[in-house]
Amino acid sequence: MKPASLSYARPATLSDAVNNLQSLADQCRVIAGGQSLGPMLNLRLAQPKHLVDISQLTDLRGASVEDGILAIGACVTHAEIEDRKIPDVTLGLMPFVARGIAYRAVRNRGTIGGSLAHADPAADWLTTTIAMDASLRLVGPAGSREIKVADFVTAAMETAIEDGEVIVQVLVPCFSPKAAWGHAKYAKKLGDFAQSMCVAVVDPGRKVARVVLGRRSELPSLLRGVSELVASKGYDTTSETLRSAIDEDLKAAQADRGDQTMHRAIVERAIRDLAA
Amino acid sequence: MKTLNIRINGQAVSQAVDDRLSLADFVRDQCLLTGTHIGCEHGVCGACTLLMDGKPIRSCITLAVAADGAEIRTVEGYQGDDLMVAIRKAFNLRHALQCGFCTSGMLATAYDVLSRIPDLDRDRIRAELGGNLCRCTGYLPIIQAIEDVHAQRSASAKPKAS
Repeated sequence: MKPASLSYARPATLSDAVNNLQSLADQCRVIAGGQSLGPMLNLRLAQPKHLVDISQLTDLRGASVEDGILAIGACVTHAEIEDRKIPDVTLGLMPFVARGIAYRAVRNRGTIGGSLAHADPAADWLTTTIAMDASLRLVGPAGSREIKVADFVTAAMETAIEDGEVIVQVLVPCFSPKAAWGHAKYAKKLGDFAQSMCVAVVDPGRKVARVVLGRRSELPSLLRGVSELVASKGYDTTSETLRSAIDEDLKAAQADRGDQTMHRAIVERAIRDLAA
Repeated sequence: MKTLNIRINGQAVSQAVDDRLSLADFVRDQCLLTGTHIGCEHGVCGACTLLMDGKPIRSCITLAVAADGAEIRTVEGYQGDDLMVAIRKAFNLRHALQCGFCTSGMLATAYDVLSRIPDLDRDRIRAELGGNLCRCTGYLPIIQAIEDVHAQRSASAKPKAS
């Protein structure tokens, strides 16, 4: 028995969960799949007095498409996304990313909402959802609100979530048929967190171009100059303009100077993957 | 304490447990099913992998109370299962274990990989085994054992020439 003493509740409804969270306030943590919180409990890095398990709430389990937006229940697992148990509106990007997360035994329990709430900067969904310009729907004591993932995460492992709030949906804009995506990730071991990763989404049908770099200790960065260039000038990574744009954007993103070469290689690979 | 109602290897178990007890500790210390091994206790090594509702999970980072109502299958729970019989035979023939500490987790993963993925090749097997560490480093025989079983199953699935 490794976690510090705690009490566990599995409320039957979302409003029960919100009430539970509100009354227990800062002594309490939400648990879904527990694939990030579980290790932290065992290592006693987290010592909440109470856990509220939302993983069985049916409201948080499915997914549906409406008005060009896929609303994914926060407790949909990585394995369900990998297996396309929910609709894919991203031309294969989300199932591809899901398969690269940790290991199948982790993906069977870990959830997309839990991963985003945990806000580990090196986690796959954070970089990917920011590249897709996804939003979250939160429900709390004050009602429901929507927030862009990019605004939701405020620092490494820090978010704008309020006391008593629960992420209920991840909202992903549907890609147009003309969209292209590129992905590159470097980890020391298969299934490990990325040392560096880049997700690029270019969708002329929606006038969207977002190239986002993820790394271990800093929040993902939208590479603005690179995004504009790939939208207007294409994916030639040998072009001097693109190469210097990557350098400029990495500087603006305050990428650790000791890792600049790795980040540049990963960004170039993701851009080449756009063309593939 | 909470009352946990769970099925383990086909048997219903009802037992009061501490809220913070892991599923791995419950299986080992209450059910005395010590074939499930505990290695790193933070979800990295894969030794504690078992099937929950038919899917492999890490039992060291799953609370026992979170498994309430679930069906658990440990390495002790495969009597008469044709696929597991074939996997064990292949592990035996390939000598796919040395100290055996990782083996129950390897078997659970192999069982899942072979039953879930129809188009297995060596690269995919290696990737799927990425979450199970063998500190004896005997990976190659384990991969070969899974390849053997996959080849047998593919051969027997093909319709016989008339």
